[in-house]
Amino acid sequence: MEPRSFIDVLRRFGMAFILLAMIIALSFMNPRFFTISNFLTIMRQVAINGALAAGMTMVILTGGIDLSVGGTVALAGCFAAGALHATGNSWLAVLVALGVGLMIGSVNGFFVSYTKLPPFIVTLATLALARGFTLVYTEGRPLLVDAPLFDMIGGGFVAGIPVPVLIVAVVYVVVGFVLNQTKFGRLVYAIGGNEQACKLSGINVERNKMLVYVWCGFLAGLSSVILTSRLLSAQPTAGTGYELDAIAAVILGGTSLSGGEGGVRGTLVGAFIIGVLANGLNLLNVSPFYQDVAKGAVILAAVLMDKAFHSTADSK
Amino acid sequence: MGDTKDAPLLAMQGICKNFPGVKALDRVDFQLWPGEVHALVGENGAGKSTLIKILAGVYSMDSGRTLIEGKPVDINSPRQASNYGISVVHQEFTLVPQMTVAENIMLSDMPSRPGLRFLVDKKVMMSRARQILDDLGVDISVSSPVRSLTVAEQQIVEVAKALSRKTRILVMDEPTAALSNVEVERLFKVIQTLVSKGIAVVYISHKLDEIFRISDRLTVLRDGRVISSSPISRLTRNEVVKQMVGRELTGMYDKPKADIGKPVMEVRDLLLNPMGQGISFTVHEGEVLGIAGLMGAGQIQLARALFGIERIYGGEVILRGKPMKISSPSKAVRTGIGLVTENRKEEGLVQLLSVSKNITLTVLDNVSHMGVLSSRAEAGIVADKIDELDIKTPSPKQVVMNLSGGNQQKVVLAKWLAVDPDVMIMCEPTRGIDVGAKAEIYRLIGEMACNGKAVLLISSEIPEVVGMSDKVVVMHSGKVVGELTGAECTQEAVMRLATGGSAVGA
Repeated sequence: MEPRSFIDVLRRFGMAFILLAMIIALSFMNPRFFTISNFLTIMRQVAINGALAAGMTMVILTGGIDLSVGGTVALAGCFAAGALHATGNSWLAVLVALGVGLMIGSVNGFFVSYTKLPPFIVTLATLALARGFTLVYTEGRPLLVDAPLFDMIGGGFVAGIPVPVLIVAVVYVVVGFVLNQTKFGRLVYAIGGNEQACKLSGINVERNKMLVYVWCGFLAGLSSVILTSRLLSAQPTAGTGYELDAIAAVILGGTSLSGGEGGVRGTLVGAFIIGVLANGLNLLNVSPFYQDVAKGAVILAAVLMDKAFHSTADSK
Repeated sequence: MGDTKDAPLLAMQGICKNFPGVKALDRVDFQLWPGEVHALVGENGAGKSTLIKILAGVYSMDSGRTLIEGKPVDINSPRQASNYGISVVHQEFTLVPQMTVAENIMLSDMPSRPGLRFLVDKKVMMSRARQILDDLGVDISVSSPVRSLTVAEQQIVEVAKALSRKTRILVMDEPTAALSNVEVERLFKVIQTLVSKGIAVVYISHKLDEIFRISDRLTVLRDGRVISSSPISRLTRNEVVKQMVGRELTGMYDKPKADIGKPVMEVRDLLLNPMGQGISFTVHEGEVLGIAGLMGAGQIQLARALFGIERIYGGEVILRGKPMKISSPSKAVRTGIGLVTENRKEEGLVQLLSVSKNITLTVLDNVSHMGVLSSRAEAGIVADKIDELDIKTPSPKQVVMNLSGGNQQKVVLAKWLAVDPDVMIMCEPTRGIDVGAKAEIYRLIGEMACNGKAVLLISSEIPEVVGMSDKVVVMHSGKVVGELTGAECTQEAVMRLATGGSAVGA
């Protein structure tokens, strides 16, 4: 497994090089970029997409997709705010957010695994459902969240590190462990690589596929907790387009959309590429309208480069 | 019909084709005259499909030449083949199920309105398609979607599609494999119509009775060589069977004598489809039970049914004396059944994963504790199996995709030997692998039997089944047509049964 040639190094760490190049370039372009406080800001911003993208990685590794995570973020946040208002118990509110995530994940997983509907369609439907329920529940108005626990999650530090960053670090360690060291993780790769072969090896493919969506939903719930804490309110339109950022991070991270190949380490790099780009463009006073254009261009360019590395490495 | 003074319509001369480790075609000569039905027969792997793929421009030949009406031609792509008037009707259809019969027939050459090339002229399209079907003497509505047709009708649409282009040579690969008797009659009428128009038909089939009815001339291929090519009137069925199976049973099939013990799996009146005939057999400890049959005779379906993939309509399976309902592959594995599938790539292996991860895929519970994998336990099993099966891989971490076919197949076997099932069902275990790897697979089958396993060897390679098995069950058209043991179990007897004859020569 040792990298043997320059091409192999490029292939394995290509995206990391691109991230590094972006950081170096931005450091020269703006003195405020290369500072500890700015890096903390970037990490805080990356945390939310990072948590989503970790779950998305698992789903995409099985060859699936989850378009519902943005809607889950909104619904989980609003229900959590509702629970907080009703009971005043902020721990319960957090549990409600996670529970909503688990529930939507289970619904996705159930339909994808047991009714064999395409994940794209199932999660498109649950996305619409989640968004709809959010609007019905909030009547379109944001809900304030005012509790010390949320203050702490959104703005607190432990040992100088922002809490969201710590949470996401834990997420990546756990998901990395699950994918690489557990039976379930092994099956995620195997199912994505060849579902039929797994079935014919006596593996309960349905249960494992379902679990993947449950994980993804749970992490969307967690993401919602972080977002709600950062905003100190639950917005009915929160998380709009988040699913696309999460998918972009996964793909930038080198996970194959057809499943079976990739991992969560690459996804973290992918999430940082998106985060650093947004931060850099902000610092350079680029209009937010152009930022999306830049994001699209970077994704296309990065994936094209990655494909070029791969084909060079394959053809030898 | 046939032999005219002129040059033949098609002459393939001295065709050679090598694949890694296999000489697929060895100086093959093949001639075709207008208006004849020329049957091409041979066992699986004899080289029929390679020859056809060269003719159709899918493969290129290593040496040799092709002449059409006496003129040398280069056929390098299916498109060129089509320009020379060569069409192939494959076993798997190439129709678009949602589109209408007319659209399918005219797909490669949609008629358009003059001056408006991007608009399809539906009227012209439908009338031309109807004309082609009328010429074939069949009554199929051109406006119905293809998916609403029977398999036989789809076959005819496939032929009609070939005729929408200027076709002079029509190759039909196992055209009757999925047809009922009545439908076969209809197809034969169509073939006769084609022939009367001067089209030459290459007819590939395993069903000798059909071949003797429809063909004018017959060529037998064996191990990539032409064994004979003569007018059908000079041949008898028995001669053809002899020419097809003439391969020697080499020492490759020698296996140590295993003690045959108690019955492990008894299959009683198993129904693979509601109207079918029950299938019954018993396989014992230490026994290799061969299930022979030509491709599509139902043996793969049987294997899949025993492994819980395909539905069973009746009958029972008794494992070690207890009736078992095998409803899913995971249930099958838990009750001690292993299945080596016929397609390594699609169903046997996760190509992207390493040798090691593929081997332990079936035994993840044994190499993990509370869901966490133990890399030591895993490495132990993997090293054992790589050693035991002599899998040639630079490292257990090598991605399985990069191994040779033979070594990939050994990984599939390793995966099942790791589970240690009582019954091992092996479908076409040596398909597409070289001779050396074949010999090793045979050695492993022998070892499994010696270790008291019951082995179901399902294969369409008759020498292999006859050579390896203690007993051979022969299937034909979804039915068991004979059970042969000892001296009566010869290649010829199996071939006669498998091609729809009786065990003793007629």
